[in-house]
Amino acid sequence: MNMAIRGILVVSLVTAATAISFSWPGALASGGDKEKRAWPAVRDEAWVSECGACHVPYPPRLLPAASWDRVMDGLADHFGENAELAPETSERIRSYLKAHASGARGIGWRYDDDDKRANGAGNAAPLRITETRWFRHEHDEISARVWAREAVGSPANCGACHRGADKGEFNEHRIKIPK
Amino acid sequence: MAKQWSAPVLLTLSMLGAPAVLAATPESLVAAYAAQAGVPVESIDVAVGEALFRQGGGSEKQCSSCHTQDPRAAGRTKVGKRIEPMAPAANPQRFTDEKKVEKWFGRNCKDVLARECTPLEKASLIAWLAGLDREGK
Repeated sequence: MNMAIRGILVVSLVTAATAISFSWPGALASGGDKEKRAWPAVRDEAWVSECGACHVPYPPRLLPAASWDRVMDGLADHFGENAELAPETSERIRSYLKAHASGARGIGWRYDDDDKRANGAGNAAPLRITETRWFRHEHDEISARVWAREAVGSPANCGACHRGADKGEFNEHRIKIPK
Repeated sequence: MAKQWSAPVLLTLSMLGAPAVLAATPESLVAAYAAQAGVPVESIDVAVGEALFRQGGGSEKQCSSCHTQDPRAAGRTKVGKRIEPMAPAANPQRFTDEKKVEKWFGRNCKDVLARECTPLEKASLIAWLAGLDREGK
């Protein structure tokens, strides 16, 4: 094979692999466009109302099940705030999160593996979505100045830029970064 | 409101398996917390509620950290999500769901005061918020 053609092949393969692995994880699961418009497709009511009272209800697929266990076990000190729930509500939300977590059956996306590759030691159960390599990659063009803007405040505030985030819509077309 | 409901309506609701407890109001909650505290409703002092809201907690975290100093205005959570106003004059949904009220007192009192609020504090705070009108005092 001619070297130039081989080079082109390698470049396009790497590009395709990168595009697939870093695209929104919903793209890897079945559901297609419809799912990407409002994602995750299954939205638990308690998850939306309880988690969503303080922040965007973060899509369960963005962390592995072990992470969600850590989150749900630590609600009395949830990033410095008390977010305790009635036991039955807490268990319902825990099951929902774990059933739809990354690495759950049929969902081929494992941030923990990603982080192991990225950090060496790795963290099999990160507490923050922002710690995942996927998140950092997707947001690497956002400067510290943008994160610090009054209307943004923190990378935890998805809805500041992803205008449909509270409805599960993270489509690139709906991104509007506030001034 | 509940008093005006006719017997057939109530009967239908109960047959549909509606919750046994009808929606709460700020007044019913103040009365319930006053009863828990063992004091007459008339003795509830709105100034105690206002002081709790404005001065409760240490320097690190106060009610106003998220709710602002004006309970008729929208607040903002630590991660930037809007919090609807706390005063019923600005947000009639407030203090209509006893479970929700208990959940948030439970969380926020521990955050701000590092302890549970007393029934007297809860009654005073709701009484103060419910007494605020839309514009001024």
